[in-house]
Amino acid sequence: MKFWTTTAAAMLMATSALAQNDCAAGKTVSDGMLTIATGNPAFYPWVLDDAPESKQGFEAAVAYAVAAEMGFADDKVTWVRTSFDQSIQPGAKDFDFNLQQFSITEDREKIVDFSDPYYSSAMAVLTTQAVIDEGASADLDSLKGLIWGADANTTAVPMLTDLIGPDKEPLLYGDNVDVTAAMQAGQIDAALFDLPTALYLSAVVLEGGAILGQFPPDRSENPDQFGLLMEEGNPLKDCVNAALAALTDSGKLAAIEAEWLQQTTGVPVIE
Amino acid sequence: MTGTPLTRRQVFEARQRRRATTIAAGSTCAVLAALVLLIPLAPGWEAVKRSFFNAEVFAKTFPGLLNAFLLDIAIFAWCAPLIAALGLLVALARDLRNPALYPLRLAAMLYTDIFRGLPVILVIYLIGFGVPGLGLPRPWNSPYIWGSLALILVYAAYVAEVIRSGIESIHDSQRAAALSLGLTPSDAMRFVILPQALRRVVPANMNLFIALQKDVALLSFIGPVEIFRQAGVYKSLMANFTPYVGAALIFLALTIPATRYADHLMNRQRKARS
Repeated sequence: MKFWTTTAAAMLMATSALAQNDCAAGKTVSDGMLTIATGNPAFYPWVLDDAPESKQGFEAAVAYAVAAEMGFADDKVTWVRTSFDQSIQPGAKDFDFNLQQFSITEDREKIVDFSDPYYSSAMAVLTTQAVIDEGASADLDSLKGLIWGADANTTAVPMLTDLIGPDKEPLLYGDNVDVTAAMQAGQIDAALFDLPTALYLSAVVLEGGAILGQFPPDRSENPDQFGLLMEEGNPLKDCVNAALAALTDSGKLAAIEAEWLQQTTGVPVIE
Repeated sequence: MTGTPLTRRQVFEARQRRRATTIAAGSTCAVLAALVLLIPLAPGWEAVKRSFFNAEVFAKTFPGLLNAFLLDIAIFAWCAPLIAALGLLVALARDLRNPALYPLRLAAMLYTDIFRGLPVILVIYLIGFGVPGLGLPRPWNSPYIWGSLALILVYAAYVAEVIRSGIESIHDSQRAAALSLGLTPSDAMRFVILPQALRRVVPANMNLFIALQKDVALLSFIGPVEIFRQAGVYKSLMANFTPYVGAALIFLALTIPATRYADHLMNRQRKARS
C-alpha cells in the first residue's frame, strides 16, 4: 500500500512538474522563473501604485494570470523595469515578456515579437472643461480646429493625423506628465490617449480635466491592440499565446478587464 | 630654387616625412579594415544593423526628418541674433565702472552666474511650462516663445562671459589712450575696445553657436516637433533606431563644416598673434 501511495505521489509530482514547465521549460531568461517587464514608472490603471507585485491593476493582473496559465506560481514571477527604448533595443533582453500598453503594429513586428492582443483600446480625447465651455464638441469639424498634443511614443500620433487631421501642427511630448503640463499651461486644447489612460488623467491628474469622446476600438482600419512584447524569435511566444487563448476562452481575461477597466463605458462615441 | 642640390639634412627630413606619411596611411587603413571586417563578426551585428542601419526605414523617414530640421534652423535663426545682442549687453553691464550703476553690474553678475550654472533642459522646462502656466492668453503662452527665451537666456550668459573675457584682454592702456585723446568712455568702448575684443573672441563664440545648433533640439521636450522629436516618433512607430542615425547625419552635415570653420578661424588668429 505504501508503495502505491509513494508511486502515486511521485507521479503526481512528476505531472505537476511537467505541467509547470511542459511549454515554458528552459525557455525563460532564468530557469524556473518568469521575468516580466513593465514601464518605469507604470501608470494607473495598468498598474496600481507603480507596484506590479501587488497584482493590482489591469496589466499586473493580466501578467499574473498569464504566468499562472503557463504554470508559474506567483512567487516564480519577478519584475524588471524598462523604458520603451530599452524594450526595442537590439540584443538579448532581460525579460521574458514586457507589457506597458505596447500597440501591435506591422512595423514594430519586424523588430520584436508580439503576443496575440490582450486588450483592444479605444482612443479618447482628453481635454479640459474650459475648452468644452468655449464650444469644443465631439465632432470632427470642431476637433480639427483645436490645438492638439500627444505622447510622442504612442500610436496616437499617426491616428491624430489620419483620423482628425488638425489644422495646426500637433505638439508632441515625452510622456503623460508633460502632456498634462502643457494642457494645464493652455498650450494645447486636447490630447489623444488610449481610453483608460485618458480617464485616469482626466479624473486624477488634470485639473478640470474632461473626456470629450472616444474613437471605438472596432473602427474599421487599424484598431489599437495591446500585445505582450518579446524578443524577436522568442521560443516562449507560443506558450504565451496559448495562455492568452485559454484566458480568453475561460472568460478570465474579460473578467480582469471588467474588474480594472470597467468605467470605460459611457464615454460618447465620435463618429 | 630649381636645380639647387638638397643638403643632406633636407634629404634626411624629406625621407623622414615620407616614412611618417606611409606609416600613418598604413595604420589608418589597418584600423579601418579591422573595423569593417571585425564589427560584422559580432554575434549581434545583424540585429544592430536591422535596428540602427535599416535602409528601408532610412529611406522612409529621411524626408520627414529633413522637413522637421527646418524648424531647428528657424529656431536657431531667431535665437542667434537675440543671444548675440543680449550677451553683448550683459558683458557691457559687467564692465560698468560708474559706482552709481553698480546695481546693474551686480544684476549682470547674478544673471551670468545663475544661467551658466543651470542645465539647459532644466531652464527650458521651467520657463517653457512654468511661465505659460501663470495663465497667459494665446498666443503669448506658445512653447516656441518661452522655449526660445530659455535658450536665449542660457546662451547669452555664456556669450556674455566670452565677450567680457575679450574686453578684459584688451590692455587698459588702450582705454587710457582713447580717453586722453578726448573720447568719451562710451566712445572709447565703442570705437576702440569692442572692435578689438569682439574680433578676438570670434572663435570662442563660434564654438558656442555650434553647441546652440545642437541644443535647439532640446525645445522638443516642451512640444515643438523638430527633428529630434520627429525621429523619436518614427522610432516609436517602427520600433527602430535608424531615424536617430538619420537625424545625426543631418546634424553632422551642418555642424562639421561649422566646426572646421571655427578651427580655421582659431588657427588664423594664432598665426596672426605669433
